[in-house]
Amino acid sequence: MSEPRTMFQKIWDAHRVLDDPASGETLLYVDRLLLTDSSSFHAFDILENEGWTVRRPAQVFGVPDHFSPSGGRTLDAVDDADRRARIEDLKRNCAHWGITQFGMDDRRMGITHVVGPEQGITLPGTIVLCGDSHTSTHGALGALAFGIGGQSAHVLATQCLWQKPLKTLRVSVNGTRAAGVTAKDVILAVIREVGAGGAFGHVVEYAGEAVEAMSVEERLTICNMTIECGGRGGLVAPDEKTFAYLEGRPYAPKGALWDEAVAAWRQLPSDPGARFDREIALDAAAIAPMVTWGNTAADGLPIDGHVPDPAGEPDPDRRAAMQRALDYMGLAPGTALRDVTVDHVFIGSCTNGRIEDLRAAAAVLKGRKAKVPALVVPGSGLVRAQAEKEGLDRIFIEAGFRWGHAGCSMCVGMNGDTIGAGKRCASTSNRNFVGRQGPGARTHLVSPPMAAAAAVTGRLTDVRDLMSEGGAA
Amino acid sequence: MKPFTHHEGVAVPMDALNVDTDQILPARYLRKRKADPDYHLYLFHDLRFDAEGAERPEFILNQPAWRGATVIVGNENFGGGSSREAAAFALDAFGVRCVIAPSFGDIFFSNCLKNGILPVRASNEACARLRKMLHARPGATLSIDLEAQTVTDPEGGVLSFDLDSFARRNLMKGLSPIGLTMEHDPEIAAFEQAYAARAPWAVL
Repeated sequence: MSEPRTMFQKIWDAHRVLDDPASGETLLYVDRLLLTDSSSFHAFDILENEGWTVRRPAQVFGVPDHFSPSGGRTLDAVDDADRRARIEDLKRNCAHWGITQFGMDDRRMGITHVVGPEQGITLPGTIVLCGDSHTSTHGALGALAFGIGGQSAHVLATQCLWQKPLKTLRVSVNGTRAAGVTAKDVILAVIREVGAGGAFGHVVEYAGEAVEAMSVEERLTICNMTIECGGRGGLVAPDEKTFAYLEGRPYAPKGALWDEAVAAWRQLPSDPGARFDREIALDAAAIAPMVTWGNTAADGLPIDGHVPDPAGEPDPDRRAAMQRALDYMGLAPGTALRDVTVDHVFIGSCTNGRIEDLRAAAAVLKGRKAKVPALVVPGSGLVRAQAEKEGLDRIFIEAGFRWGHAGCSMCVGMNGDTIGAGKRCASTSNRNFVGRQGPGARTHLVSPPMAAAAAVTGRLTDVRDLMSEGGAA
Repeated sequence: MKPFTHHEGVAVPMDALNVDTDQILPARYLRKRKADPDYHLYLFHDLRFDAEGAERPEFILNQPAWRGATVIVGNENFGGGSSREAAAFALDAFGVRCVIAPSFGDIFFSNCLKNGILPVRASNEACARLRKMLHARPGATLSIDLEAQTVTDPEGGVLSFDLDSFARRNLMKGLSPIGLTMEHDPEIAAFEQAYAARAPWAVL
C-alpha cells in the first residue's frame, strides 16, 4: 500500500514535470492560465521583449475585469485613457496569440474568478493560475489554484511554474450553521482564527460537515478568501455537488470523456489517514454573522460585538496596528458594532458576486428601501442575466440600488467606482485595506444579506433582526 | 533584471504590521505601464502624499535622513494581500534593492525576486533590533552580501539569512527565468504528451 496522500499531494504529484534537487523546487505543469486586464499587459511586454511565444494558447483565457466600468458595456463608458488602453491591450494580446477572451461586449464576461468556474474552465485536479491573488477561489472545485503575480509571462511561455512544495493546513468546520450565517461569515471566522498571515506557505483544505453541506457557490466564497490569511490556495474535495455543478458547462468535458474525468476526480479527496502539516477545527454552530472593524480581514467580530480597545493588547506592534486601524476607520474602542452608521453599500466581487449571493441579498431587500447609496454588481454577465430572469434586478432597483454591469468594481475601485475619503462602506468584497475602495475610504466586510441589512437601516445590522421581522427569507 | 550581488544603502525602519501591497502601490496606479517615468512617485503614494499631492512630513520616507533609502526593514506580513507585481516595480523604480522582514506575502516575495529586489526573511527579534537601531541612527546604512547571505549593521553586527540556491543564482546573475526553464523543453514536451493521454480533459 502506498502512503495515504492529501488532495494537494495528489494534484502536485500528477503535475510534476521534474524536480530540481539543488533548489528543492518542482517544475509543475499548468492546466489553465487566466489573464486579467490589470496585470497581463506586463506579462505580454516580457514575452515581446524576450522574444518568447505562447506555448498552449487554448489553455489560456482572458477577461477584462478590473478596469471594466459598471456603468455600461462599451469602451466609451471607460472615461480614462489608461484604463481603456489596458482593456484594449488584453483584447489585442489575446487576439494576437489566439487566446480566448471574454471581452466587455461578451455576455459571458465577468470577474475572472466567477467566469472560470461558470464556464467549466476550472476543473477538479487541475492547476489553475492567474496573476491575481484571489485565484484561490477556484480551489472550491478541487483545483490547485493560486495567484502568481509576475510569473504569468513564465507560464505563457512554458506552461509550467517552478514552485517549492507547499505545506498543508486542514481547516475542519464541524457542525451546522445557524440561520442567517453565510459562508462569508464562516470564512471571516476562520481568518480571524488563523490571522492575517497565519497560513503563509500553506494550501488550506476546508473540510467538515459544514463545508460538505455548502453549495459549490458557498465553497467558492470560502476558498476565495484563503489569501486573506496568507494561504496560497484553498481546496475543497470534489463531490457529487461539484460534478453536478460542472456537468454541461461549456469547457467541461463531454460524453465518454466526462465519465472518464469524473472517475479520476473521485480519486482526488485526501486519503483517510493523510497527514496535514497543521490542523484546526471550528464549530459552525458557534459562528454568528461577522463584520470587520479594522484593516485586515482577520479583524472580524460577531455583529453583536464591540470595537476592541488597543489598551488591552499587550504586544506593542499589535497595539500600534490596532490604534492605527481605529484611527483610519474613525472608530472609538467599545462602540457597539451595530451602532456604526454606513454611508454606502456594495454587493459584488469575486467573493460574493454569484447568483446565490444576489438572491440572499434580494431576499432581505424585498419590499424595503435602502437608506444610503448602494451598488450591486453581478460577478458576470451570465449572473446578471440570470438575476434579471428571476426579477432580482427589480428588487434591487426598487430598493434604491444601482444595478451595475459585471466586473470587479468597488471591491478595488480600479474602474473608478470608489467611495470618498472618510466615507464608510458595508461591502461584500474581500479586502478592507487602507484605501481599498478609494483613498481614505473605510470598508467593513460583511456577507450579502448583512450588506442588504446595512443598506436598509443605514448602519451595521444583524440581519437576523430583519429576518425575525418577517418579509425576508 | 538588475543583478544583485552586494548592496550597501540607507535603511529605513518601517514598524507597521501588515504593510499590504495596496499600501506599497495603490490600486489606481495599476493602470500605468512599468516604463512610466513617474513610477517612483507611486511607491507608498497615499502614505507619502496627501490628497493635494503635498508630502506628508510624518511619513518616514519623507524625512531627510531616509529620503534616499534603498533598504527597508519591515515587520510581520510585509507585502501581504494583492498579487500585484507592480508593487515590486514601484520599489525598484524608487531604488529599493532589499526588504528585510520577519514574514512576507508569498506572492510579493516571489515578485521581488523576479524584479531584482532581495527579500530577506529574518526573525522577529532580529528585525525589531534592526529597526530600533535604525531609528536611533537616522540615515545609517545596511550592507547586504547575497553570496555570503549576510546583512551587516552599522554596529558591526552580522545577520545571516537563507535564500534558496536557485533564486540566489538567478538574482545574482539577473537571469530570465523563462530562458532557464526553456532548457527543459524536452522534458516539458514529454510530460505534456503523457499527461494528455492520462488526463485528456485537461489538455485543450
